[in-house]
Amino acid sequence: MMEDFNSETDSDYTSYWRDWFISSRGNEYFCEIDEEYLTDRFNLTGLNTEVPYYQYALDLVTDVFDLDADDDLREQIEKSARHLYGLVHARYIVTTRGLTKMVDKYKKGDFGKCPRVMCEGQPLLPMGQHDIPNMSTVRLYCPKCEDLYNPKSSRHASIDGAYFGASFPSMLFQVYPGLVPEKSTSRYEPRIYGFKVHAAAALARWQDQYREDMKSRLRDAGMEVNSQGCIIGKRGQ
Amino acid sequence: MSSSEGAPESWISSFCSLMGHEFFAEVSEDFIEDDFNLTGLQSQVPMYKEALEMILDVEPEEDEDEDEEEEEEEDEDELLGDEKLPGYRRAGDRRHTRVASDLSVIESSAELLYGLIHQRYITSRPGIQQMLEKYEMQHFGVCPRVYCNGCKVLPVGRSDTPGQETVKLFCPSCQDLYTPPNSRFHSVDGAFFGTTFGCLFFMTFPDLDIGPRLDSSLVSPARSSTVNNQVSPDVPPAHQPVEINGVRTANFCPGLGLGKIYESRIYGFRVSERSRTGPRMKWLRMKPTDVEELNEMARYEAARREADNDGDTEMGAAPAGGAQNSAIAKRKKAPMRRRRYNPDQMSINGAEAG
Repeated sequence: MMEDFNSETDSDYTSYWRDWFISSRGNEYFCEIDEEYLTDRFNLTGLNTEVPYYQYALDLVTDVFDLDADDDLREQIEKSARHLYGLVHARYIVTTRGLTKMVDKYKKGDFGKCPRVMCEGQPLLPMGQHDIPNMSTVRLYCPKCEDLYNPKSSRHASIDGAYFGASFPSMLFQVYPGLVPEKSTSRYEPRIYGFKVHAAAALARWQDQYREDMKSRLRDAGMEVNSQGCIIGKRGQ
Repeated sequence: MSSSEGAPESWISSFCSLMGHEFFAEVSEDFIEDDFNLTGLQSQVPMYKEALEMILDVEPEEDEDEDEEEEEEEDEDELLGDEKLPGYRRAGDRRHTRVASDLSVIESSAELLYGLIHQRYITSRPGIQQMLEKYEMQHFGVCPRVYCNGCKVLPVGRSDTPGQETVKLFCPSCQDLYTPPNSRFHSVDGAFFGTTFGCLFFMTFPDLDIGPRLDSSLVSPARSSTVNNQVSPDVPPAHQPVEINGVRTANFCPGLGLGKIYESRIYGFRVSERSRTGPRMKWLRMKPTDVEELNEMARYEAARREADNDGDTEMGAAPAGGAQNSAIAKRKKAPMRRRRYNPDQMSINGAEAG
């Protein structure tokens, strides 16, 4: 049964369940996993112990499900299928093909924009703080300020972070270093009637020194560093 | 729109209950009626008198002394057309005939004037108290940053001049500014809250608990344990000051510092700083583990004392007058030291102000 689908290419096969899944409301962060990837058992290693009704769920995801199940059982299989899809998704998006799909979504701004004012609408990337399911919900990573934010919509706030994984954004920028946005050293300066506030200003000075320390560490290691602390080349070569 | 025809609700409360105006406090009429509080606003708001009357729900005809000035304008208005807004007919029955467009100008002037009064009101004693109630009821939302653990935020502006930028949210836990998540606030002027309010609020209520509302170890047990392992040598010294630079240590940026910073990892391994894509922004969320490091005066004095001991042994035996002189010299030297301390500092500040 599996071989039939392996021989089919993605384009002439309509994926009903996955189409429905990624187009349903709240699932905007997910990309579509290739048929080929899903049907390669190697990619699913270990998931059979994680997902109840594993085989039925996999059949459902790959549109070969034809079990006469009652509503209750179907509901459970459906839930398992979503869980399975999410867990495979976390593996898929760090592959070459998965990354391309996610980069497209990132460029379109499908994951939202950074809420931080100084990041000026920098597009975000979804990720989890854990690779184990049911630990924490999905977070959004801003590559400009390198921080994590909660999704603003409640329909995204309930998605498991493990469906994206903790390595995804770092992996994406390792593969596409050109996509790393320019960093900015501007920050919010709290003021009272125009005067800077001492506690905040003292911290800002300390933080600036911290950044300078990082820059000199990098320079000592033979890197050429710009004013934002980003490496722009190697020295003395 | 207008409730000037004796609706049960006042203009102020109907304005504050409009969609998108949830952040506004209701300015008390006493505050508006005190002319001192309105100093200088007349030149900033077109049709100031009418706008003020609208805010206070005062019928225009009651102000006999203003009639003369107004007549000139209104004569012209009457030439433009005779459309009257039904709600305003009562006032218009006499000489005060206004066209609908005129009324909408007054309405928007009233909103501008109310906003500017609001900016002043929320830094006054009753106003800030009212905002405290709204803050505690979480009317302004929470910080979107994960490591701030849902710290409550405050609406602020980045400019005190209207028409420049919309309202932003200030998080005391990370001392940063965020765009309100709901787009209905994207049309509210930031100047109606002002630049001063955010910081003044937390200085007025220094004991307001802004620490984590959820125990972070419960939320992410795995992460905090790994973090603790790395951090353990950097546990702050036991004798932390109660207050640092005028802020209670417990309330000083609880969302910043080691363990509250995202670390880029691939399959559990941290990405090196020397990598082209390595972490570059840690400084932004960093805070010294020992807050005493931020006591610049003490650090400077310690450094000076060391230098003195090295070079000048006589200093130790100097009379009391010597100490005074050194205090003066210290004050003189302070700006110099800062410039030397961080060469980039001046340019950064300059760039931001511009």
